[in-house]
Amino acid sequence: MNENDLMIQLKNVEVTVGDSVLLSNINLAIPYGETHVMFGPNGIGKTTLLKAIMGLPPAKVTSGQIIFKGKDITNWSIDERARDGLALTFQKPPEIRGLKMNDFMNMYGSYEDEEVESLNMSYMIERELNDGFSGGEIKRSELMQIRAQKPQFVMLDEPESGVDMEHMDIIGKSINNLLQRDKMIYERKTVSGLIITHTGFVLDYVNAEKGYVFNRDGVICEGHPRDIYQHIQKDGFNQCASCMKVADFADVFGSD
Amino acid sequence: MSLVVIKMTSNEKKLSKYDIDATEHPAIDLSSISSEDKKSLEEVGVDFDNIKQTRTATFIQKDQSVINIDQQNEGLEILDINTALKKYDWLREEYLWKSVSPDKDEYTEAAHKFPVQGYFIRASKGYKGGNIPVQSCLYIAQDNLMQRVHNIIIAEEGAELNIINGCTTSVTVKEGAHLGITEYYVKKDAKLTFTMIHSWGENVLVRPRSAGVVEENGLFISNFISLKPVKSIQSYPSIKCNGKNATARFYSVVASFEGNELDLGAEVVLNGEASSGEIISRAVCHGGNIIARGRIIGNGKRCKGHLECDGLILHEEGTISAIPELHGNTNNAELSHEAAVGRIGQEKINYLQARGLTEEEAVNAIVTGFISLDIPGIPDSLNDKIEEAINSYGDAMF
Ligand SMILES: Nc1ncnc2c1ncn2[C@@H]1O[C@H](COP(=O)(O)OP(=O)(O)O)[C@@H](O)[C@H]1O
Ligand SMILES: [Mg+2]
Repeated sequence: MNENDLMIQLKNVEVTVGDSVLLSNINLAIPYGETHVMFGPNGIGKTTLLKAIMGLPPAKVTSGQIIFKGKDITNWSIDERARDGLALTFQKPPEIRGLKMNDFMNMYGSYEDEEVESLNMSYMIERELNDGFSGGEIKRSELMQIRAQKPQFVMLDEPESGVDMEHMDIIGKSINNLLQRDKMIYERKTVSGLIITHTGFVLDYVNAEKGYVFNRDGVICEGHPRDIYQHIQKDGFNQCASCMKVADFADVFGSD
Repeated sequence: MSLVVIKMTSNEKKLSKYDIDATEHPAIDLSSISSEDKKSLEEVGVDFDNIKQTRTATFIQKDQSVINIDQQNEGLEILDINTALKKYDWLREEYLWKSVSPDKDEYTEAAHKFPVQGYFIRASKGYKGGNIPVQSCLYIAQDNLMQRVHNIIIAEEGAELNIINGCTTSVTVKEGAHLGITEYYVKKDAKLTFTMIHSWGENVLVRPRSAGVVEENGLFISNFISLKPVKSIQSYPSIKCNGKNATARFYSVVASFEGNELDLGAEVVLNGEASSGEIISRAVCHGGNIIARGRIIGNGKRCKGHLECDGLILHEEGTISAIPELHGNTNNAELSHEAAVGRIGQEKINYLQARGLTEEEAVNAIVTGFISLDIPGIPDSLNDKIEEAINSYGDAMF
């Protein structure tokens, strides 16, 4: 694949938290318009990797490069990345007292009332940011907030956890729409995504192109997300480790 | 009961070094006020346009002279304090110096010893003009003056009264002192909202000494906003909720800057059965020192009180001391407090940055949110003034 077709690329990225290297040799390549899905056991570093891509502490990229739309953003500040099109939903966002959600969204972006409505958030749009939000409300609010960013690269960290059945559908559809999966293939070149999922729920809504399995050694498997999910459901991640169908990046990076 | 003493660093100028004699200013029409004075007054909430619609009365004191006094509504009386004392003997007998003692400290002594100016505002029984405020302003224009003010506010039975009080100095004033006694009397079923916006000069010493009484079912709300540099403020109003169901609520939003000393707080004494009190303060320190006090004394049966002192320190050398005090003197008093002092959590700044705000914008949004108190029970026109003060602070700061 041509590098020009890639929205984002991680080249041999090493992620450090505090004094210890958490992930190394991470290579990812997500073309324009594609959405990829990340699987991996708890505590392996999936959340930390998304934070590292967003530039958020405590994750630090200690070697390798992050290339976004052809630019090396490895050392960019958090807000520079956000303004250039990167977006991440937080799992445990902090409460910001006195800052109303609608006022906040108008500070950095814009939104339509219909978007708020379709995420069933009209009743909470004037609440103070994350003030007493329930698990499901956090998920919807995070999704709403990044929608207002009009992002190009969307990172979603377990968008389904803590969400009740009724809202699952609402969230699934909103993600599908944000990732332009409801558009024709030739129209979806402007948004790409990377999603961490535990339950595979998002696969029912988003027809993602590729899935990865992570462990400490990096990406140990890649393939069709639904296939991977089926295997994990059946055999767990242990099987992945022994299978080791290591990603073939040769066509992107060349062999070294 | 005495207050915890915290040593402030600056050496204050002696009170005797300020001037007592003030140049007289003639009474004027609001439309002929100098543009310089107008600008200062507008900053602290004084309206000049359409005031027939937006204000029920106006009182402006410049130095020791009342330069404008005007009222439109029946049932509302506003006089300068000296005229009022001549007119009503009962005012001296029943109200003057009845909540505050003249020998409390050197500031009350000075306000007692030297000639004072100030206002007397009384809402008569059942007066319902509470939605439209009375505006008052205490203004220092003479350099090095010691301004003395004694105000008495009475909301008679069932009355609803709303006052917005601005305090400021002319830009030409380098130094000055303000001694202000205000006595509040909230009668049965009455409601008094008193909103103060302060914008003093950098070298002004401010010593309000205020106190009052709330009777049965009465409600007193005090809002205090001081977001501009001021050399030193020390203020600790005390309200006695004497009647059954009497309520007092204090809200304050303050900021200090390098060299400023703010010692602020309030005391609520809950004497009445089921009386209640709330003291909520937010302090932002850009330098200097802030003491945020609060004291609730629960004496009455089933009384309830809550205190919140929150402080953000934004400067390495700034300090904030939160001193909440609760005294339950009966086994069914229900008193609680929360206090938190510190800097802004980095994870909050990063969170807002992750949506695209710069670090500076993120800090601004967090601080502005922090001081945006939701004050229940005040009309929109006042909320707008408070918001204006907060926004202009935000604009100047960040
Ligand atoms: N702020 C932090 N400080 C220290 N260690 C952390 C921090 N955040 C996460 N970690 C550690 O990093 C590892 C990966 O965590 P995480 O990225 O949340 O895993 P996952 O999302 O894959 O479940 C865990 O061992 C976790 O304890
Ligand atoms: Mg995680």
